[in-house]
Amino acid sequence: MFVIRAIATIIWRDVRQSYASGGTWLPVIFYLSAATLFPFAVGPDRDLLLQTGGGILWIAALLATLLPLDRLVQPDLENGFHDQLIARGFSDEILAAARLVSHWLSFGPPLLFAAFLASGLMGLEGAALGTLLASLAIATPALAGLAVMIAALTAGLKGAGALGGLLLVPLAIPLLIFGAGSLSAQGSSALMFLAAISLLLVAITPFAAGAALSALRE
Amino acid sequence: MNEGQSTGRSNRLVAEALGCVRGGRILFRGLSFALEPGQGGLLTGPNGVGKSSLLRLVAGLLQPSAGICTAPQAKALCDDRLALDEHLPLEQALGFWARLDGQSEAAISAAMARAGLGHLAEVPVRYFSTGQRQRARLARTYLSGATLWLLDEPANGLDSDSVAQLGAALQAHLDGGGIILAASHIPLPITFDLSLQLQPLEELEACL
Repeated sequence: MFVIRAIATIIWRDVRQSYASGGTWLPVIFYLSAATLFPFAVGPDRDLLLQTGGGILWIAALLATLLPLDRLVQPDLENGFHDQLIARGFSDEILAAARLVSHWLSFGPPLLFAAFLASGLMGLEGAALGTLLASLAIATPALAGLAVMIAALTAGLKGAGALGGLLLVPLAIPLLIFGAGSLSAQGSSALMFLAAISLLLVAITPFAAGAALSALRE
Repeated sequence: MNEGQSTGRSNRLVAEALGCVRGGRILFRGLSFALEPGQGGLLTGPNGVGKSSLLRLVAGLLQPSAGICTAPQAKALCDDRLALDEHLPLEQALGFWARLDGQSEAAISAAMARAGLGHLAEVPVRYFSTGQRQRARLARTYLSGATLWLLDEPANGLDSDSVAQLGAALQAHLDGGGIILAASHIPLPITFDLSLQLQPLEELEACL
């Protein structure tokens, strides 16, 4: 019981800090600007926007994942928070899992909200809008997990941001294929695959990120 | 090489034949000592000899390369990093650790008073001077309620009054049955029961 309360305290600190520092809104603003630019670039052809809009919103979601990478793990390593928590007996895996939860809480819901606004610009409505939001809702935990893993792997490296981008893009391809694929006519099986990949990524995040964090102390 | 262990079920601090390897280099080996409740140990030695590594090892942040380290479960490490949210007022920043360590609001005020920071409770941590930051680290340690205090240069940046204040806090901790292991170049105004002088291994081997 005490441990659960302690982990909730850690998660609450992360979430509060991320909303207070404005870091949460950066991906949202980026997402909305990408969605705004696209209709300007391809023109106001409604059919074209309907066909491609969902895919564009998916790509924008992947790119928005990159923005918070450098403030996920590095600051807490630098200012000693992580070591203080380890000295109190928390394991790297537990802390990575807590980071995944807190990152999703400050990344997933705002991104879904932004996707809802942006879909209006693409003319997505009804079932297509529902599918887009469902696929993003399924994928955001996985995107948050990828971000935490990559942030832990690249913590302390020079140019961690650029390297993080290079690492994220290939790892996120399965999510993109099935996420954007779910918007097509035979989409329901794609959603299932998306959910399976998302579960897998979320499940390995605490262990992969935890291993990276313990290796950093050696 | 034997993998060392560190365990956390004891009210004493016992090191048996501890060894530590960092970056492919042996820092120390065969290090044995014991501290009972109410005892303090002082670590001395030249820079880079492994004092901080020994403290991190006891704190559970490093695995010993050999030997066994048994320490109390509740440990507080005070090293050169602040581990407080810089944008928050001191009282709230300490509040995070208080909640984590199960300490009350009153304990926060008491810890700030002991570190001579009572008047800065409402000031965001990022405005603190070097000495005030060091006192904030000490306040975090006082607040932890831990049995074992691991202090890495606790008197760095402190003025003489603050060093005296630190000495009083350390003495009170020892009197209450706590254990202290400190590495310090600045003389601390308490009597240590154990003095460990770490020496560079190459020099030791040259003597043999």
